Amino acid sequence: MVNKATELKSMTIERTRPAGSFIKAVTAVVWKDVRAEFRSRELFSAMLVFSLLIILIFNFALELDIKTRQSVTAGVLWATFAFAGTLGLNRSMAIEKDRGCLDGLLLAPVDRSAIYFGKMISNLAFMLIVEIIVLPVYSVLYSVNLFQPGLLLVILLGSIGYVAVGTLLAAMSVQTRTRDILLPILLFPVVIPVLLAAVKASSGFLSGAELAEILLPINLLIAYDVIFIAVAFMVFDSVVEE
Amino acid sequence: MQSKPLALKILDVVSIIVLGISTYLALVFAPKELVMGDVQRVFYFHIGTAWTALLGFILAALFSVVYLITKNLRWDRLQVAAIEVSLVFFLITIALGSIWARPAWNTWWTWDPRLTTAAVTELIYIAYFMLRQGIDEPEKRARFGAVYALVGGISAPITFFAIRLFRTIHPVVISGSNAAAQGSFNMTPDMLTTFFFALFTFTVIFIDLFWNRIRLGDLQDKVEQLKLKVSI
Repeated sequence: MVNKATELKSMTIERTRPAGSFIKAVTAVVWKDVRAEFRSRELFSAMLVFSLLIILIFNFALELDIKTRQSVTAGVLWATFAFAGTLGLNRSMAIEKDRGCLDGLLLAPVDRSAIYFGKMISNLAFMLIVEIIVLPVYSVLYSVNLFQPGLLLVILLGSIGYVAVGTLLAAMSVQTRTRDILLPILLFPVVIPVLLAAVKASSGFLSGAELAEILLPINLLIAYDVIFIAVAFMVFDSVVEE
Repeated sequence: MQSKPLALKILDVVSIIVLGISTYLALVFAPKELVMGDVQRVFYFHIGTAWTALLGFILAALFSVVYLITKNLRWDRLQVAAIEVSLVFFLITIALGSIWARPAWNTWWTWDPRLTTAAVTELIYIAYFMLRQGIDEPEKRARFGAVYALVGGISAPITFFAIRLFRTIHPVVISGSNAAAQGSFNMTPDMLTTFFFALFTFTVIFIDLFWNRIRLGDLQDKVEQLKLKVSI
């Protein structure tokens, strides 16, 4: 009886841990991913080469001459990020599942949402690094200046929304039988608002539209980011539960 | 093997009867619309199926939340039933809309907010079934299904508002007027009667199919459990 009481007490203490330890757990997961990636570089290099290939394919598919380039640049960029993103998300979760790392992570005495935020932030970091490399390459290849602060903000907001949903769905898809093909099918219909608003805002910045016009899609991106981070935060427990 | 409950049998018959009456009302009783002619009659069933499909999708999102809280597999079976029936109804809505759009808009399909959202919604729930197919454990299948139905159910309305950033040509018949809409019209009292009866009809049919599907889910579950017992 006494034992049980102390156990209960220690459990409540664990549950009311200060926010500092939550952030510590998140950084630990991010750090683990970054270090593993730094050693193998398999995820990053695959995403980068894949993005460059997609841009190459678009060049032939759309005949990106100067006239069409103006109107389709934003679309080409976001299609590239979306496709390359699934590659990274799938791989980052598959690694955890294959080597039994996920079970190890789940055994750790931390809040499960800390694992979600850790994976999300590391996925976001890889995606942003790839984007930062793709942008100048695209700028040089097609002589469009993509380094505008507005556009960079849109890319950041869009990537956050994409990764927030993507990390949650990737955690589900790697646990299914059809895991190699399922993620894009699950993810794309759900992130359409992100892609739509991001393309709208990006092409607005590229064509020098007025700020009032661009503000609407940007607000939509922020709303989407907030809503889906909150949803993922609440349901991630049921996705990794064994 | 339990036999079908009597109430469900009666509801089956009632749905067939009201569908017959509704068809008569839509095709014969309702007056011919002046501008669009007979093709406008598609409208009654178009709205009827659309309303019930949306009802089913909203119910499914609610069942997700309840399932994730209670973890009772009964709610999962309700969710599958709602989504399966709604998926078919929504497909009928899109097909009927296309039949109407060809003469009214001179195209089978346009990338209008409602049409695009409808297509995306169909894809979300098809993905939902593909996700479920890839999982063998019933409990895990239910959990993942609930999470995805919730994410999809929140995303679909956002898609709708996102595409509204562009202009719409879809007519809004019931309330409000849209200057850019093509093919809107005002309803006469007879049309209203037909319209509300069609709504009623499809609600009855939806409840009937929903109930049948839940019963099927329960029986499936029983078969699965018996198979497990035999294999042990």
